Amino acid sequence: MATRCLLIGVGNPDRGDDAIGPLVARAVRELAPPAVEVRELEGEGSAIFFALGDAQTVVIVDASRSGAPPGTVERIDAWEAALPASSSETSTHTFGLAAAIELARALGALPPRCILYGVEGASFRAGEALSPLVGRAIAALIPRLARELRELADAPEIAQGRAHM
Amino acid sequence: MAVEVIRVERLARVEGEGAFRVVLRHGKVESAELHIFEPPRFFEALLRGRSWLEAPDITARICGICPVAYQMSAVHAMESACGAAVEGPLRALRRLLYCGEWIESHALHVYMLHAPDFLGYGGAIEMAQHHGEAVRRGLALKKVGNDILRVIGGREVHPVNVRVGGFYRLPRPQELAPLRERLEWARGAALETVRWVAGFEFPEFERDYTFLALRHPAEYPLNEGRIVSSRGLDIPVAQFEDHIEETHLERSTALHARLRGAGAYLVGPLARYSLNFDRLTPLAREAARSAGLGSTCRNPYRSIIVRAIEILYACEEALAIIATYREPAASFVPVEPRAAVGASATEAPRGLLFHRYAIDSEGTITEARIVPPTSQNQASIEEDLTACVAAGLGPHALAREALRARCEQTVRNYDPCISCSTHFLELEIERN
Repeated sequence: MATRCLLIGVGNPDRGDDAIGPLVARAVRELAPPAVEVRELEGEGSAIFFALGDAQTVVIVDASRSGAPPGTVERIDAWEAALPASSSETSTHTFGLAAAIELARALGALPPRCILYGVEGASFRAGEALSPLVGRAIAALIPRLARELRELADAPEIAQGRAHM
Repeated sequence: MAVEVIRVERLARVEGEGAFRVVLRHGKVESAELHIFEPPRFFEALLRGRSWLEAPDITARICGICPVAYQMSAVHAMESACGAAVEGPLRALRRLLYCGEWIESHALHVYMLHAPDFLGYGGAIEMAQHHGEAVRRGLALKKVGNDILRVIGGREVHPVNVRVGGFYRLPRPQELAPLRERLEWARGAALETVRWVAGFEFPEFERDYTFLALRHPAEYPLNEGRIVSSRGLDIPVAQFEDHIEETHLERSTALHARLRGAGAYLVGPLARYSLNFDRLTPLAREAARSAGLGSTCRNPYRSIIVRAIEILYACEEALAIIATYREPAASFVPVEPRAAVGASATEAPRGLLFHRYAIDSEGTITEARIVPPTSQNQASIEEDLTACVAAGLGPHALAREALRARCEQTVRNYDPCISCSTHFLELEIERN
């Protein structure tokens, strides 16, 4: 079975820097090999959970709000550490990305390769355009991500059921 | 005065943020305050001066988990103001959309927010490690609800397809067929859900609530009906404000809704179920009986079973609608604005949601009033908390931590929709 490689851009394209995920996904779609599937999701946890499917490799791009300087890019390997999704919390309206990843892990459904890219946003107001700092950060991220996806699409399959954290 | 504190600064596993504060004096509960809901005054002000056609889209932003409910109450209120009626397939499609929201909202609550309380877990992620099959089923059920919202509403999170008179676009038959397959699976999964939750342990706790819900001559209520109560109230929706008063209590930022002459009341699944049991499908009624429910339910902890029954009903209703759906000639009926006032109440997953608008001859909104279900339940929740704490202090006193957990579970019985509340207070026990 061919390696299935999936890029998911998470975010709301109409809320300022929350558009990071979708914008990166659209740009990378043009540059990535056909073996890479690219999707855009708004951030609702159950949709993300199901999008993971049985993919070998999933790369997720989302805006982050960690207090880091806007435009900061952080790369997280989901197999190296649990995401800071408190078990007893959900996000404001439903459960979000971090909870979806941790649920997948708890259910033994975390893809064998699962990488998350967080780009720190500055402002998330409805109807706003992307902030300039963030625009520059994702302009640098896009080719880097396309390269990584090319490599991952060619990488050998990992057996399912990789050890839990 | 020594003050003992049981603090719940941030209620977990509810939509949004909230907290509660219970004050005991001399071992008796003096007050129980729940800070969980900001009234939608901002939205009521925002709607003034906007077009009547924008009401469904603007109000849908009040709640991220039940946008369809706001859209339905808004369009029905506008249609009522202008003397229009949406019937036939368009009416059925609206019910189908609402079924989707009930399925996804109830599935999320039952599995991810409420079940962990009963099984002794801090949250769904922890619970998933030992109840993986159940959690997968809950997620898959939620997804079926999301799929209905996407096909009929145009988008999963904020449906964009609802308008006064109907829809902007009709679903195509090839979009409904896969929905039918998923719903057939979902109906079985809903039955499984009822069986699963029926096996939980429930505190033996009942109160003689005043239930309030819609009642319709033929259907389990979603968009239409008269407003009835378990104490004999039976009024058209337009008279809602004649019987419900909202008082702003000094000690609380929230408004307390009360039924004139009767006090606190309860809306939501328990109320709908107890006032409309005979309107459920035969399968849903049988499932309820097998789960140990009578035709009414006054134990708020058993609301988890009632939500599961409503998921089952919604699956059945959705299947029935798809089976008999015939595409209408147009996606909406034309409605002309006129200077008028219109009101509507529809049954959001959490309970009765009331909208009233005044519009001018061009359809500009001059006044808006929105009464959400969670704010109507505020007083009942506080009364439950009072009873819960009192019971937890008696001869079989619970340890503080267990009492706090029981209080949180008690709040979660109502599946409260919390919006932007940033206050938090404490359980203060003042002892002399």
